[in-house]
Amino acid sequence: MSETTVNDEITANDEIKEKKTGGRTVKKAVIASIPVMTGYLVLGMAFGILLADKGYSFWWAFLMSLTIYAGSMQFVAVNLLSGGASFLSAALMTLLVNARHVVYGISMLEKYQGTGKKKPYLIFALTDETYALLNGEVPRDVEEKKYYFYVSLFDQIYWITGSVIGALIGSALTINTAGIDFAMTALFLVIFTEQWLTVKNHVPALLGLGITLLCLVIFGAENFLIPSMVLIVIVLCVIETIASR
Amino acid sequence: MLHDIILVLIMAAVTAGLRFVPFVLFPEGKPIPKLVQRLSRVLPCAVMGMLLIYCLKGVSVISWPFGLPELIAMVIVAACYVWKRNTLISILAGTLSYMVLIQTVFLS
Repeated sequence: MSETTVNDEITANDEIKEKKTGGRTVKKAVIASIPVMTGYLVLGMAFGILLADKGYSFWWAFLMSLTIYAGSMQFVAVNLLSGGASFLSAALMTLLVNARHVVYGISMLEKYQGTGKKKPYLIFALTDETYALLNGEVPRDVEEKKYYFYVSLFDQIYWITGSVIGALIGSALTINTAGIDFAMTALFLVIFTEQWLTVKNHVPALLGLGITLLCLVIFGAENFLIPSMVLIVIVLCVIETIASR
Repeated sequence: MLHDIILVLIMAAVTAGLRFVPFVLFPEGKPIPKLVQRLSRVLPCAVMGMLLIYCLKGVSVISWPFGLPELIAMVIVAACYVWKRNTLISILAGTLSYMVLIQTVFLS
């Protein structure tokens, strides 16, 4: 047997093997993302209903879930859109609400190394839930990089589907939807509670609440967010610098 | 319409920008500064506290109903989460109770 045929056989075997693990990777990604599927379908629908409630068609839900793709920000975006916010305030608000994504990115730096062509999408699609899933246990016998990619992709598909369904039924809904925007408060409270239960150091959480409340009293409901964010970052930097000595 | 589309694109661009920042600042192989690492651990908790207050900015505690519907619904959400550890159930329970509260009990 010549050397080339041996090599050909090895490549052929590798291809079969890759197809097998590839199928398994997709399957494992679907299974792993089921909790996010239920969550994204329901939360996406809440977002869609809210958007339809303000008079926006399902195309807006689709466009926003495709391009922005950030759960809590899209709830805030409903208010910004319907209130006719300025470009600058929308940009600043996005900066504040999504600043935590920088943090997610920092902790995914190593995981996403060597993901090649998939890397830009992996970074773009790194939502709270996808971050949580990919930081959990990765199943055995899967191709890690493909697994990351499929989980990210499936999550976004669930989110788009939920929001479009919500917007479609929202415009047809005749029940009184007053108070449905509490879903956003509830979402943040759940994340806050989860952090409170898992993180030992409660100082940052209390600082976040305290500083923002103080700024709300001082600057009023229209202007308190930016000073709050700046103060929070400064105070945390000071505390962390002192603590690291 | 055009204003709305530009708003969506701005929010999309800023969101994507934030997600790309760490990967641009710290390309593969470059060490991450200590302070950034420490901040990345404490910032999420503080920001979530800030966002909670943001959600409640319109609530008045000096006039009827004194923020009672919000307080009750939030207690339900937190209690539900501590008990079941299920995001979805907690959000549904809290939102539905809030809707019932402001549409029936606490009519303004």
